Amino acid sequence: MRSLRGWGFFNMQHRLDSTFARLKAAQEGALVTFITAGDPSIEGTPALAAALAAAGADIVELGIPYSDPLADGPSIQMSSQRALEAGVTPDTVLQMVRDIRTHTEVPIVLMTSYNLALKYGLERFAHLFAEAGADGAILTDLPPEEAAPWKTAAEKHGIATIFLIAPTSTPERIALIAKNTTGFIYCVSRTGVTGTRTELPPELQALLSRIRSASDKPICVGFGVSQPSHVTQVIKNADGAVIGSALVDFLHETDGQPGRREKLDALVHSWKAATRET
Amino acid sequence: MATKMAGSTAEIAAHEIVKTNSGKDANKYVADAQGRFGGEFGGRFVPETIIPALDELTAAYELARADPAFQAEFDYYAKNYVGRPTPLFFAEKMTRELGGAKIYLKREDLAHTGAHKINNALGQILLAKRMNKPRIIAETGAGQHGVATATACALFGYECIVYMGEEDVKRQSLNVVRMKLLGATVRPVSSGTKTLKDALNEAMRDWVTNVADTHYIIGTVAGPHPYPTMVRDFQRVIGIEARQQHLEETGGLPDAVVACVGGGSNAMGIFYPFVHDETVKLIGVEAAGDGVETGRHSATLTMGSKGVLHGSASYVIQDDYGQVLATHSISAGLDYPGVGPEHAHFKESGRAEYVSITDNEALDAFQWTARSEGIIPALETSHAFAYIRKLAPTMSPEQTIIVCLSGRGDKDVDAVAARLGLL
Repeated sequence: MRSLRGWGFFNMQHRLDSTFARLKAAQEGALVTFITAGDPSIEGTPALAAALAAAGADIVELGIPYSDPLADGPSIQMSSQRALEAGVTPDTVLQMVRDIRTHTEVPIVLMTSYNLALKYGLERFAHLFAEAGADGAILTDLPPEEAAPWKTAAEKHGIATIFLIAPTSTPERIALIAKNTTGFIYCVSRTGVTGTRTELPPELQALLSRIRSASDKPICVGFGVSQPSHVTQVIKNADGAVIGSALVDFLHETDGQPGRREKLDALVHSWKAATRET
Repeated sequence: MATKMAGSTAEIAAHEIVKTNSGKDANKYVADAQGRFGGEFGGRFVPETIIPALDELTAAYELARADPAFQAEFDYYAKNYVGRPTPLFFAEKMTRELGGAKIYLKREDLAHTGAHKINNALGQILLAKRMNKPRIIAETGAGQHGVATATACALFGYECIVYMGEEDVKRQSLNVVRMKLLGATVRPVSSGTKTLKDALNEAMRDWVTNVADTHYIIGTVAGPHPYPTMVRDFQRVIGIEARQQHLEETGGLPDAVVACVGGGSNAMGIFYPFVHDETVKLIGVEAAGDGVETGRHSATLTMGSKGVLHGSASYVIQDDYGQVLATHSISAGLDYPGVGPEHAHFKESGRAEYVSITDNEALDAFQWTARSEGIIPALETSHAFAYIRKLAPTMSPEQTIIVCLSGRGDKDVDAVAARLGLL
């Protein structure tokens, strides 16, 4: 048991930390791509994650769909709904993670609401997902004040605990969240729910500076990041950019269409190329 | 401004503090600093974006609560605008018919807007005024909280947006019209099950987006800290008055207090001032819908399991994976898969008991109450009446029950008429 835990911890260090170390050395930002597990299809999800990694995604975020998400806009809400209707459960996602690991060593970060992990059993959730090959988890409605039981379970099994910082976070909270975070800090670009926007908020760079001065952990920016130009702007002061709704919408709209794989590759290439423009 | 009323909230609050800060179980009925009841239920499970707003709200509320000027302002509007105190009425015919305990009705249906919801809307609008938040949002199920919030916003000149599930917009059309007349914008919510829980999700998403200038008036004792405590405090005026009135009328305390429970605000409001009166049984009545065994119900405490929903740890109607299940009740106000965390604590600690009543029993009680007392109760409230029809005959004529008559039933007349074929 002890050696297994050590192995899990090593994996997390290995995959997330080594990814950021490698990108830093190459002077690139991380391209983090979010997909909802099971949308457009359950069978296609592992291959999709592998395709994203092959096309240049540095980290894959896998959303475990929840019936009542508070922080998601229409794109991801509808995507979650489709996945739930297709029968996706945390157990299905566990198998997907195992399948993804047969294709690629890309770091896998789970994203979901706290209740699903709670109901699964925090210890069991961390244990089984770490064993399957997941590297971290973002529980979007779990602030650090409520996270002690989750942190204990996650640390034991080597799952990075990624917390969110928002534009409304005070300096005290930024310090608290940074302290509790492992893997990377998820910076929410704006007040609001997930979803594509035409522009990034002008206050973002100041927010990133505030986080930077409080922590030297990697920072990835999400919520409203959809275009290569956004990615370029983001990585000026951050270590990575998270693309979510734009990708989820693309996958839904092009599902089953001929030539989708090429279009997907081109899309990922365009985002990845933007992480190199410093 | 406010004349001193016997049992004003400030006076009783002082009494409660004395009570709760003494003895071995000093803070048993007060949430801890993180908003946890009994160490287990409550807390804050929401996106980071709104945590600072909750901190701000908690600080503003703590200041207001300790400020006699705020209490005086609340008491002034409670008296002169809402029409408090509401009467405690002895239901003589019901009592005679059931042949057991004496039944007293706490007439929240006589409060302005026709339900207890105005107590909380009033308290929170006064708080929003203090916090300089010009935009108000709310969720509503039956529409009573939406109407109360729209009313408070009209009175104080605030922009008001009310989220309401499409399903509820249909079954509570009278209240939709009332909200519009009061100047509120009603936003129908088409996500999920199109009922109260989805309205709450959507209001929360609005708040995440517009948190800088917006105050979210949650209508029940659920949601993240400080809402369960704050809403309870604004609603406990019901129980403070009822306790005093009952003492004056009978010289003693009631043997039982009965109220319907959806999110649980009228129940907590009337229960709370009795928590230290150990001889008083507190009974919450949930909606059994088609029957709890059918799976089509909203009886969260009776049938649910522990989980997190809408920002707090409590009981939830959910599947084995934590996905929230569709609920059902004839009454939109009880059709909710969650329940206030303090009720979960009351259940767990045994301080209150929770039972459930089906749609059909509630419909019967709706008509029975109308004919027996000349009062048409809300369908939500009818659940409480259905339960006292079972309870009162098991008790003796020396005993008494207070029923929280949480709201009037005008809003339900169309739905009931359709169901009973009265039109």
